[in-house]
Amino acid sequence: MAEALLAAKELTRRFGGLVAVDRVSLDLHRGEIHALIGTNGAGKSTLINLLAGELAASSGTISFRGEALARLRPERMARLGVGRTFQRSNVFAELSAFENCRLAAQARLPRAWAVHESAQRCETSNTAAARALDTVGLSPRGRAAASELSHGERRGLEIAMCLATDPHVLLLDEPLAGMGTEESRQVLGLLRSLRDGRAILLVEHDMDAVFAVADVITVMADGSVLASGPPERVRNDQAVRAAYLGETI
Amino acid sequence: MSKARPGLLLLALFALVALPALTGKFYVELVAKIMIMAVFAMSLDLLVGVTGLVSLGHAAFFGLSGYMLVLAAPDKYAAVSLWTSLPLAVAASALLALVIGALALRTRGVYFIMVTLAFSQMVYFVFHDTRVAGGSDGTYLYTKPQTNIGSWATFDLANSTHFYYAMLVLLILSLAFLRILLASRFGHALRGIRSNEQRMRALGFNTYAYKLAAFTIAGAIAGLAGYFSAVQFGFVNPEMLSWHQSANVLLMVILGGMGNLIGAIVGAFALVLTQDLFSSLTKHWLLLMGGFVIAAVMLLPHGLTGGGLAWRNRLRGARGG
Repeated sequence: MAEALLAAKELTRRFGGLVAVDRVSLDLHRGEIHALIGTNGAGKSTLINLLAGELAASSGTISFRGEALARLRPERMARLGVGRTFQRSNVFAELSAFENCRLAAQARLPRAWAVHESAQRCETSNTAAARALDTVGLSPRGRAAASELSHGERRGLEIAMCLATDPHVLLLDEPLAGMGTEESRQVLGLLRSLRDGRAILLVEHDMDAVFAVADVITVMADGSVLASGPPERVRNDQAVRAAYLGETI
Repeated sequence: MSKARPGLLLLALFALVALPALTGKFYVELVAKIMIMAVFAMSLDLLVGVTGLVSLGHAAFFGLSGYMLVLAAPDKYAAVSLWTSLPLAVAASALLALVIGALALRTRGVYFIMVTLAFSQMVYFVFHDTRVAGGSDGTYLYTKPQTNIGSWATFDLANSTHFYYAMLVLLILSLAFLRILLASRFGHALRGIRSNEQRMRALGFNTYAYKLAAFTIAGAIAGLAGYFSAVQFGFVNPEMLSWHQSANVLLMVILGGMGNLIGAIVGAFALVLTQDLFSSLTKHWLLLMGGFVIAAVMLLPHGLTGGGLAWRNRLRGARGG
């Protein structure tokens, strides 16, 4: 199999006595949607925060294109091409949807020293922002303030901002949370189209959605990996069935 | 952010240009002092209003620059050149801001306020408790810096009208520079940091470097103001570096309205002019000042420049209901 874009090896994070993530290994490959499921408190969000550099690991390594990374920081991971969205919408509330995306796109081309150049007229950022908004279908809402967007639209804006940075790896923390059926369907379609050329980690509660789009599924329980593999194998796994007793998988 | 009304700005500019022809020396000197404070307040607005960094130590950069002017003179009767002493003083302030910023920016929120206060108090006590430039008494500067370029006599800083117009130019240039800065990618990133720093980092911005750059630029511009403040009064003492001074300029920014630069200018005018008015009425003027500030903050929570906006919304709301 080809080398993983982003890989975690024996990743562990402790909070005091609690082991939130316990020796988790995970490979994210280009062209794959890798779903991460598990009950509340299984450590999914902690794992995303570790991979995004938001939290430091207690032990274990994270490598990008086969190279182990030391001193992870969110801005460094983002510059490498690891984009993320947040579980709770985390946008610039007072800026318009378009401005949110332009600021995101600007991260690729900071040129902070070029103080004489207007950010508003930056062709590269404007083009990237327009494309990202268009991809998630928010172009008509570009001028609305982010705080005025509906919940579903804000979730879409989260993804658009991430896309505007042109990432190789997408870490999506419950992108469907709180969305209606129609909105969810659209986002799933979007994820399928984004899979080409990118590696996607999808944390999601909606089992139907997960089994509809995922190429690989990892199930977490109490911080460690219960099972990992293609959807069919995970669906029939005894340990997973025991953990999800009563739920139809 | 309130949009600046060009007509109103132009009118204010005309008034400032015409002022020396209309009033006597007292007001010319007072308004020159206000314009210096306005430059100082704008530099703090870059931190507080734009980037969301509440610093309570901004006077350190203002005061250090004034001291540098005095220390640059070989003795206190010898005139130094503006063109060498000004860059030296501003560079010293910028360097101090770079060092203090590098350490203070490792903290956040209320800790940042306390750490900036602590550093500026350290600078204060260096000048207060040592014999450098007169210790706690401060020291005089008997001659203004000379402004000749070669043999060409440009303008005379000892002439209050010349000084007034020099400060008007300084104010306009500082405003123009900061406006351009805010419109650039750098400025947009600073506003992003104020809005949501975590998101900025997740997008790939090294927010620490951005904040440090803003802190250093703000320190340099505060130094610019402090230099001319020392020139105007011909005197420096540790009060220039004190936390009162830091609080005073912070009050100007809050009073005028944060984040739009014009607010800082309006705040400087409002605060100094009301101080002047109240202190001419009664010796208990500080009590009146307190009342004025409380009333302003309660009635105009977005400052004097954001005030129109708040009232318009309120009226619109009333009409709508």
